[in-house]
Amino acid sequence: MLSVKENMIVEFSADLLKQFSEVVSRYPEGKQKSALLPILHIVQAEYGWLSVDAMEKVALFLNIQPIEVFEVATFYTMFLLQPSGKYLLEVCRTGPCCLVGAEKIMDHLEQKLGVKEGEVTPDGLFAWRGVECLAACGFGPVLQIGPSYTFYENLTVESVDQLISDLTNKSKNEA
Amino acid sequence: MAEEIQKFKVTIDGITIDVDPGTTILNAARQIGGEIVPPAMCYYSKLEGSGGKCRTCLVKVSKGSEKDPRPMPKLVASCRTTVMDGMEVLNITAPEVVEARKAVVEMLLINHPLDCPVCDQAGECKLQDLGYEHGALQQRYEFERRTFERIDIGDKIQLHMNRCILCYRCVFVANQLTEKREHGILNRGDHAEISTFIHQALDHDFIGNVIDVCPVGALTDKTFRFKNRVWFTKPVNAHCNCSKCSGKVTLWYKGTDVIRVTARKDEFDEVEEFICNECRFERKHTDDWVLEEPTKVSDQSVIASNHYEAFNPPAVIKNDPQLKEANVEQLARSEKLK
Amino acid sequence: MGRKLLLEHINVPGINTLAVYREKGGYRAVEKALKSMSPEDVVEEVKKSGLRGRGGAGFPTGMKWSFLAKPEGVPRYLVCNGDESEPGTFKDRYLMTYIPHALIEGMIVSSYALGANTSYIYIRGEMMPQIRIMEKAIEEAKAAGYLGKNILGTGYDLEIYVQPGGGAYICGEETALLESLEGKRGNPRIKPPFPAVAGLYNCPTVVNNVESIAATVPIVNDGGEEYAKIGIERSTGTKLISASGNLVKPGVYEIEMGLPVEEFIYSDEYCGGIANGKRLKAVVAGGSSVPILPANLITHTINGNPRLMTYESLADGGFVSGTAMGSGGFIAFDEDQCIVRNTYNYTRFYRHESCGQCSPCREGTGWMEKILYKIEHGHGSMEDVDLLWEIQRKIEGNTICPLGDAAAWPVAAAIRHFRDEFEWHILHPQEAQQRNYGLAHYADPLVPVTE
Repeated sequence: MLSVKENMIVEFSADLLKQFSEVVSRYPEGKQKSALLPILHIVQAEYGWLSVDAMEKVALFLNIQPIEVFEVATFYTMFLLQPSGKYLLEVCRTGPCCLVGAEKIMDHLEQKLGVKEGEVTPDGLFAWRGVECLAACGFGPVLQIGPSYTFYENLTVESVDQLISDLTNKSKNEA
Repeated sequence: MAEEIQKFKVTIDGITIDVDPGTTILNAARQIGGEIVPPAMCYYSKLEGSGGKCRTCLVKVSKGSEKDPRPMPKLVASCRTTVMDGMEVLNITAPEVVEARKAVVEMLLINHPLDCPVCDQAGECKLQDLGYEHGALQQRYEFERRTFERIDIGDKIQLHMNRCILCYRCVFVANQLTEKREHGILNRGDHAEISTFIHQALDHDFIGNVIDVCPVGALTDKTFRFKNRVWFTKPVNAHCNCSKCSGKVTLWYKGTDVIRVTARKDEFDEVEEFICNECRFERKHTDDWVLEEPTKVSDQSVIASNHYEAFNPPAVIKNDPQLKEANVEQLARSEKLK
Repeated sequence: MGRKLLLEHINVPGINTLAVYREKGGYRAVEKALKSMSPEDVVEEVKKSGLRGRGGAGFPTGMKWSFLAKPEGVPRYLVCNGDESEPGTFKDRYLMTYIPHALIEGMIVSSYALGANTSYIYIRGEMMPQIRIMEKAIEEAKAAGYLGKNILGTGYDLEIYVQPGGGAYICGEETALLESLEGKRGNPRIKPPFPAVAGLYNCPTVVNNVESIAATVPIVNDGGEEYAKIGIERSTGTKLISASGNLVKPGVYEIEMGLPVEEFIYSDEYCGGIANGKRLKAVVAGGSSVPILPANLITHTINGNPRLMTYESLADGGFVSGTAMGSGGFIAFDEDQCIVRNTYNYTRFYRHESCGQCSPCREGTGWMEKILYKIEHGHGSMEDVDLLWEIQRKIEGNTICPLGDAAAWPVAAAIRHFRDEFEWHILHPQEAQQRNYGLAHYADPLVPVTE
């Protein structure tokens, strides 16, 4: 069984619910379960992760059992079932990227951010993890940052440093 | 009178039978019966959509049909492949099937805890049978086994995920016998597990049937936990007037005490009729029941004989050196049992 | 210069917009197909073109289409497979990013041919930017009357929706994709029934790769026979190759089928040779699941003929000395790369991506990964290599879907062709942590095989 350490009670806004309904309209009548993955993406973009409460409310909206949502959310690797850093840097760690230095980039991230894979920096800003092939093998090493899944290609130690400093500044300006 | 249905002729390990169109190879084999029936760990005829997953029932189709006699390129799951007219199937008479089955058994066992001495399922465990019939004497897996926490899903059912082979039967039970499924398969790959996700008791009149369909000791009856080894108990068929289910059960006696109630099972170890939780968990006195007769237990079962029956293969295996080689372990065991 | 059918205008500024795409002749195929051809005519042209599925299996597209069941009163679906996840493959991302209307035009033509009125483009969730690009392009097309009700006044209705995945390689398998599109776990279905009979929502469905669908545009425009003139034997037309690894110019290239592999690697028109002046050690020619070949076998077949970029030539020699076209993910390894480490990496990938439904794949991939980890980190034994060989054999062919095969083949090929590198790792565990085995004899000229 999964141990869920944290929960977050959510209330979907009218705008979110409108987006959900738009998604549901893409499928034939009675096939609203098809909307599950798109809706989970929308929820995760909104809250940063998928809490049990959020998933139960998605189940309610789609008129399916909560276990059906849990089954799906735990199958697909993009869905985060616990809070992560504001910027989750996902580095491709599969074969072709490793031929051009992906492992070096991950080692550097670990050093630079001072946290192990999956952990969050004390300021809550960054986390990193290795992910499997991102289909950008010719431009490796690559990393992506959700929820827009912006890609950063042909990474070097220097460009990673630059990216981290840019994101730190961006976050400061937003605050 | 209704028009007679055109039957399909299918030959399995040299034995021919006529079956209805739409019959699977496995069910055709079950109609023939005996040694040529492929084992099935995930398929359950009473659960729609089950099967295809464990791969223990793989067979070779050496002739597709009368119309298209080409053999099928790969071994197929007999539980999910329907017969064609004139189809010829090899199960225990094909060395590659025997080999593939051994491979599947080995795979099923690498992460299994092999804790039969403390498992309530021992003696009526399909994985134990399978390991006995097809397993190697020694394991080649040298790494740490996958482990999970043992959890109680409700006060009557215990989930021991380490033993699970992910047959999905219990999920089908919840889907097909209850209105609200509360447990399912979480995570994926070798991390996949049966769970309720957040701690939740399974609560439904018929949910106890997950215990009966579980081919291994992953879902066990807590009211029977550590009470006794099944081969020391005496099964007796009984019935009661139940408002929820047929009330047809097997009572498992130790002396004069009913220590367990299960559904009645057929020769393929499938329940005849699903029973309700009340019959299973609450009615544990002889007074609650009308006794019928001692349950017929297959003489293959350890419950009946305390040992396994000798392997009695068709003549073709005894005469063909290649097939003899492929079945060498089973034949050697039969010699020992003589 | 090879002919370009898909990427001809890729460098034209603004080609991602409908206006520019149309200026360059875009949407002619929609006009032609919907106004002057019957659906059967379109299927016929695709059959004549000899187009084979570009996602990896190479099954003839026209034949796949002709299997579609057409029961009365039941909707039929076209689903585009944009789940591109096979390591080494990134052509579909490229196509959707830069020339999204090529896919939409192909979707319209193909949907028309199959009689589908609702079609879905399933794109892996990590490609969120491409999902937005496609959604925007669909809006543009709809505004211009190429989608929606009564397209171009022909009476044909079509809606296209984009569906995001959630991060699962297995959803590239067509029935797993359909499960995912139905909002479920991406567990491949047990076949039969095949999607052509019972696919999405249990209705007849065709699932085609992005590139296959885009290729129907030039086929409709110029005719199937014209398309089939390009290429050799049963490898017709052009193919997008994703080139990655230690190359001077990695990227996506459109090649005419039949281009010599050696030319593709070394000519300046394509990859421009091996990066940093190194020598080529090995190539995975069709995405991570196809057999890896040492340098000498990738450029030439075992009989000394130049190996060509075609389905047949790449497969020449079977799995003993050949490989496969697969999805066209061409990964080049230079002399500094370690085959053991790479095999471990791929195996970890397949273990991670196994759906866990059937036992040989769920258990076998993890077992292989652990053994390879052990060898890679200097604790292997010679028996481990034999055990690996046996495990991969036990997985291959015994699983529900081809992921089992995809996990088994790279291990088999690595042991088959690079066994001495594995043994070196085992016999020199300390040294193997410090340096790589190097090029060894892997680029030596082949010894001719005498018949």
